[in-house]
Amino acid sequence: MSHDITHDGVADHHDHDHKPKGFVKRWLMTTNHKDIGTLYLIFAFAMFILGGAMAMIIRLELFQPGLQFVEPDFFNQMTTMHALIMVFGAVMPAFVGLANWMIPMMIGAPDMALPRMNNWSFWILPFAFALLSSTLFMEGGAPAGGWTMYPPLVLQGGHNVAYLVFAVHLMGISSIMGAINVIATIMNMRAPNVGYLNMPLFVWTWLITAFLLIAVMPVLAGAVTMLLTDRYFDTSFFNAAGGGDPVLFQHIFWFFGHPEVYIMILPAFGVVSEIIPTFARKPLFGYVSMVYATAAIAFLSFIVWAHHMFSVGMPLGAELYFMYATMMIAVPTGVKIFNWVATMWKGSMTFETPMLFSLAFVILFTIGGFSGVMMALAPVDLQYHDTYFIVAHFHYVLVTGAVFAIIAGVYYWIPKWSGHMYNERLGKIHFWWSTISVNVLFFPQHFLGLAGMPRRIPDYSTQFAEFNMWSSIGGFAFGLAQVFFIYIVWKTVRGGEKATGQVWEGAKGLEWTVPSPAPHHTFEDFGPVDLDKMAHGKTH
Amino acid sequence: MQREQENRKVLKIGLTVAVLMVGFGFALVPLYDIICDITGLNGKTGVLAAQDVRETAVDHTVVVQFDGTVNSDLPWSFRPKQFSMEVVPGKLYHTEYIAKNISTDDVTGQAVPSVAPNEASIYFSKTECFCFTEQLLASGEEKNMPVTFIVSADIPKDIDVLTLSYTFFNKNRMTTAEKQQAGNANHEKI
Ligand code: HEM
Ligand SMILES: [Cu+2]
Repeated sequence: MSHDITHDGVADHHDHDHKPKGFVKRWLMTTNHKDIGTLYLIFAFAMFILGGAMAMIIRLELFQPGLQFVEPDFFNQMTTMHALIMVFGAVMPAFVGLANWMIPMMIGAPDMALPRMNNWSFWILPFAFALLSSTLFMEGGAPAGGWTMYPPLVLQGGHNVAYLVFAVHLMGISSIMGAINVIATIMNMRAPNVGYLNMPLFVWTWLITAFLLIAVMPVLAGAVTMLLTDRYFDTSFFNAAGGGDPVLFQHIFWFFGHPEVYIMILPAFGVVSEIIPTFARKPLFGYVSMVYATAAIAFLSFIVWAHHMFSVGMPLGAELYFMYATMMIAVPTGVKIFNWVATMWKGSMTFETPMLFSLAFVILFTIGGFSGVMMALAPVDLQYHDTYFIVAHFHYVLVTGAVFAIIAGVYYWIPKWSGHMYNERLGKIHFWWSTISVNVLFFPQHFLGLAGMPRRIPDYSTQFAEFNMWSSIGGFAFGLAQVFFIYIVWKTVRGGEKATGQVWEGAKGLEWTVPSPAPHHTFEDFGPVDLDKMAHGKTH
Repeated sequence: MQREQENRKVLKIGLTVAVLMVGFGFALVPLYDIICDITGLNGKTGVLAAQDVRETAVDHTVVVQFDGTVNSDLPWSFRPKQFSMEVVPGKLYHTEYIAKNISTDDVTGQAVPSVAPNEASIYFSKTECFCFTEQLLASGEEKNMPVTFIVSADIPKDIDVLTLSYTFFNKNRMTTAEKQQAGNANHEKI
C-alpha cells in the first residue's frame, strides 16, 4: 500500500530522488515518512520557541518579588499555556517526528504503514494550536487555571474553555492516529527477517508508548468533554451543587496524566539507548531486560495516578497503596539506569555532542527520579505538594530528561537527515551552555519548594528573592542557548562537512546502511536486510 | 495486498480501542459513585439501617462537630447553632443551623453535606435534613435549618470525633440558556 501511495507517480528505482515539486505537493500533501518527520520536528521546534518565550515572561516576573511586568491573571495564562504548549506541542510532536524519520529506516520498511493518515495526523496539529493560541487575543484571555484544568477554576475563565477543549480533542485525535500508525508500522512493515527482538530499543520504546497513547488520550478527551458540558450544557459531572464531585475530575485527569508523563519519557529512553552504545563502542547492556523494564514501567504507570492527589483527603489505605505502587516504579527505572552505566563500563568512550547530552540525561534524569521518589512518600508530599519542589522535579525529568534526549537525537541523526556534519565545537558549546544554565535554573527551585514557595504565583515573599533571581538568570541563559541551537541546526542543514553513510564509527543499525542524506525512498523492495548490521538479536 | 489488509486491521482495532477508552473515561463517573457509596471515600453519608439504632454501651461516645460554609455565589450567611455535641452511637439526635439571606433578592439554596474522616462517613446517617430539599429564603429572611441524625452503633471504637460539614450552593445560578437570554436582552436594550 505504502508503496504506491508514497510514490509521486514515477515508479522507478533510480538512485536520485523523486521529490514532488512545489510547496503544496511536497509538504502539504506529502505522505513520505521523512518529509512528515521533518514537518513534525519543525513544528515542535516552533512550539518549543513559543512555549519558551512564555517561560521567559514567567521568569522575568519572578526575577524579583513584587509585581513588575505583568498582571497576575496574565501570569497565570502564561504558566497554563506554557505547559500545554510544551507538553502537547513541543515534546510529543518532537518524538513523533523522530519516530517518523527513524522507525521505518530502523526496521527496513519503505514508509509508515498508513501514510495518508500520517499526513492527516500532522496537519491537524497546526489547527489545534492555532485554536489554543487564539485565546490569548480574546476577551478574558487564555486559559489560566493550570494545564491540569481542574474544575471549578478552569470553568470560571470565560469562553476560552471551549477553545481549550476542542484544541485538546484535536491533539488527542492526532496522537491517536499517530500511535496507530506506529503500531501498524512496527507490527506489519518490518523487513521479513527482522524479528521483534532484533528491533532497536528506540523502536521498542515507541511501540510501548503508542499503546499508552491509545489507552489514555481518549480518557483525556472524555474528561475535557465533561468540562465542556458542565460549562455549557448544565451537566454536573464536577459541580458539587448539582451532585457532582470536582475530585472525580482529578481521578480521571491523572488516570491520563501519569501515563502521559511516561509517554514523554519512554521514547527518550529509546533515544539514549541508541546513542550510548554507539559512543561506548559496546552493545547495549541487558537489551532484553531493557525491553521488559519499559513494559513494566508502562504497566505500572496505570496504577499509580493518585500520587498526584495525596492532599485531596484520601483514606489511609489508598494513600498507602498509591505510595508503595509509585515507589515500585523506581525499580524498573533503576534497571535502565544501571544498564546504561554498564554499557559504558570499560567501553572505549568518546564524547561527541550526542553522547554528552545522553550522559547529562542519565545523571540529571536520575536527580528528577530521586525527587519523584521523595514525593511518592505520602506523608512528606503534603509538604512538597504544589510547591516549587515539584516544579523542580518535573523540569528535571522533562527538560533535562525528555528535551535533552530530543536534542541528543537531533545531533545524532542530523547528519543522516541533512547529509552534513554539525559543527562539533559549536555543539559542545551548546551542550555546556545548556547544562550549566539548566541547573542554575532548576536546582534552586528544590530549595524554594522546601522553604514553602507555592507554584503558579506571580509574587512571593522576600525570603525567596535570592534563589528566584538565580533561577531567572539560569532561565534566560538556557533560553538563549536554545536560540544558539537553532543557529547550529540551520547552519548544518545549509552546509558543512559531508557526512558519510555510516556517520559514527561505532553506530549499528539499518539507518546507517543508507547514504547520507537518506534518499527520499529507502528499503523500497520489502526484501530481507543484513542482520549483521543490526545491534541486537545476534551474538557478535 | 496482504500487508495492506493487515494494516487496515490494526487501524480498525486501534480505533475501536480508542473509542472504547472514551467510554471507559465516562464509565469512571458511575464507577466512582459506586466506589464512594461502598467506601464513603468522598464523605457522602451512609444510609440508615435497622441495626444502626440500638442501645450500646455508654462507654463509647463520639463528638460530632458541626461546620457550615456558603459557596461564594450565594449571598447568605450560614452557621451551626451549636458547634459540637457529644453523642452516644445508636441514638437519634437533633440540631439546627441558621441561614439568612443577606441580599435584596429571593434566593434558593441547596446544601451539600459531607462527613470527615472518610472512614466515619458510612456510619453517619441523617433521618431528617434541610439538605434533602432546596431551601427558598426571601430577601432578608432568616430561618432555622433542622437536622436529625444518628451515628451507627457499629462505628469503630477508635473513631471518637467526626465532623459534619455543609456547603450551601446557589440554586438560582442561571442555566446557560437563561444567561444567553439575559445577555440578549441586555444587547437589545443597548
Ligand atoms: C521514579 C519515577 C517518578 C516518581 C516516583 C514520580 C513521582 C511524582 C509524584 C509523587 C508527583 C506528584 C507531586 C505532587 O503533586 O505533590 C509527581 C509529579 C509530576 N511528575 Fe513525576 N515521578 C516520577 C517520574 C516522572 C517522569 C519520568 C516524568 C515525566 C517525564 C514526571 C513528570 C511529572 C510531572 C509533569 C508532574 C507534575 C504534574 C502537575 O501537577 O502539574 N515524573 N511525580
Ligand atoms: Cu505521576
